[in-house]
Amino acid sequence: MRLQIKGICHSYDQVEALRDIDFGIEPGEVVALIGPSGCGKSTLLSIIGGLLAPTRGEILICDKATPDGCLNPLTYVFQDFALLPWRTVAGNISLVLEDHGLSKADRDARVAEVLEQTNLWDFRDAYPKQLSGGMKQRVGIARALAVRPAVLLMDEPLSALDAQTRILLLDEFAALFARTGMTAVYVTHNLNEAVRLANRVVALRRRPGTIKEIHTIDIPIAERREGMPELIAHESALWNLIRDEAIAADKELENVA
Amino acid sequence: MSHDISEVRAEPQSAASPASHVRFRATGFNPKANPVAAWGFFVAVIALWQLGSSTGVISELAMPSPVAVAKALWQLIVTGDLWLHLGASLQRLVGGWIMGTVAGLFVGFLVGMFSWARSPGVAFVSALFPIPKIALLPLFIIWFGIGEPSKFATIAFGVFFPTVINTFGGVDNVQRNLIRMGQSFDLPMWSVIRKIILPGALPTILSGFRISSSIAIILLIAAEMIGAQYGIGALILAAGNLYQTDQLIAGVVVLSLLGLCVSWLLGRLDRWLLAWR
Repeated sequence: MRLQIKGICHSYDQVEALRDIDFGIEPGEVVALIGPSGCGKSTLLSIIGGLLAPTRGEILICDKATPDGCLNPLTYVFQDFALLPWRTVAGNISLVLEDHGLSKADRDARVAEVLEQTNLWDFRDAYPKQLSGGMKQRVGIARALAVRPAVLLMDEPLSALDAQTRILLLDEFAALFARTGMTAVYVTHNLNEAVRLANRVVALRRRPGTIKEIHTIDIPIAERREGMPELIAHESALWNLIRDEAIAADKELENVA
Repeated sequence: MSHDISEVRAEPQSAASPASHVRFRATGFNPKANPVAAWGFFVAVIALWQLGSSTGVISELAMPSPVAVAKALWQLIVTGDLWLHLGASLQRLVGGWIMGTVAGLFVGFLVGMFSWARSPGVAFVSALFPIPKIALLPLFIIWFGIGEPSKFATIAFGVFFPTVINTFGGVDNVQRNLIRMGQSFDLPMWSVIRKIILPGALPTILSGFRISSSIAIILLIAAEMIGAQYGIGALILAAGNLYQTDQLIAGVVVLSLLGLCVSWLLGRLDRWLLAWR
């Protein structure tokens, strides 16, 4: 699936959040959205996912090819996991398969498949309250994979996790993208995550968010390793790109406070 | 003037002062249930009451002894009068509560979920909720007659408002991110309501049931005191008119037991439906 983001503008009441955002997302590429706090990264992701109507502009699906058995082409992974506390791990995954006319056997097979993929099989009957943050996010990923999405929309999926879990899950995300060649839009404020996972990084200016630069990282995701000099160089380049924006955004917040 | 942090650290307050333990300060504010104390207190009150009655400190006419109350209760049981009164009361209580609850849940969900129902619904509930519902019983008697419908209507009306308030409060309290999650996976609206909003609102709705059932019992007794041949309220009123205080208190004991049974049933329902908590 190929997406075209065309002239997206968005305002919350009087506050302009995004202005004239234009870029494309090619099949099989991971695009990271970075920028200072409040620059509209999550707003843009919500607009791409159809959860927020833009004030102006449009999101076009140019190539409608989807994976076999795709039930939800644009699928979200939430920062706060968004798991139903009254359902088990398997129940939370099954939820998103229940209204698509699949037989119970097909649903169970899909649930089992993603539980295996995400190493959650032993926890299938656990409730979310019994899981650590990292496990909860794995359930979020498993749930998203169960619908065989064309594009994964990930809204700061690691930001609610502790540093160690973040490192482990980051490796798992990299392995997932390398293995499946999945298309994804990845919102993060962490430049290390962006350079580990993304083929292209869209750097936004502070509010109202506009595109400052689209930075390409042409190292295959499968070959990237923590601490690689090339990745550190990309990270530095991105930091130089948004440093002034981040400082200015921080000062704006100070003034508000 | 500047301070070097190493100097500050190196400076003891007093080399000669003796070592002492850090005082534990986190005591209290953590009450724990004690079933033995609960039953012990209950037994002690009854024993004191009996002692007061036996020694004449408490007048038998004003307040019969626990033994006299137990005898009156036993008489009501063996003569079958208790079942007659209790049966009539239970029918009104259950019927009125179900009517009020069903209507309250329906309106509460509408108010909680739809903008078109929110403002008129909240205004309607805010205006009518504070009215003591028993004040409307004469009006219900004019509308529905002195028979059963007016009693059902009074109880249902009293149950309706707390149910509406707790239902839309419960819907409001469902985490928005869960609803967004459902929408992001393209769940149909009915599935979002049934699988996300309803279970999410259930804890608040169930706690509302406790309030509405208490209100239902109060209104039941009030309605039965105004115009009923049978019912615990009618029994209590008739016993009071005849100065049969032992029977009157026996009726009150039955009400207390009824309240405990309702509370137990709701507790079971709570544990069954909210086992995930």
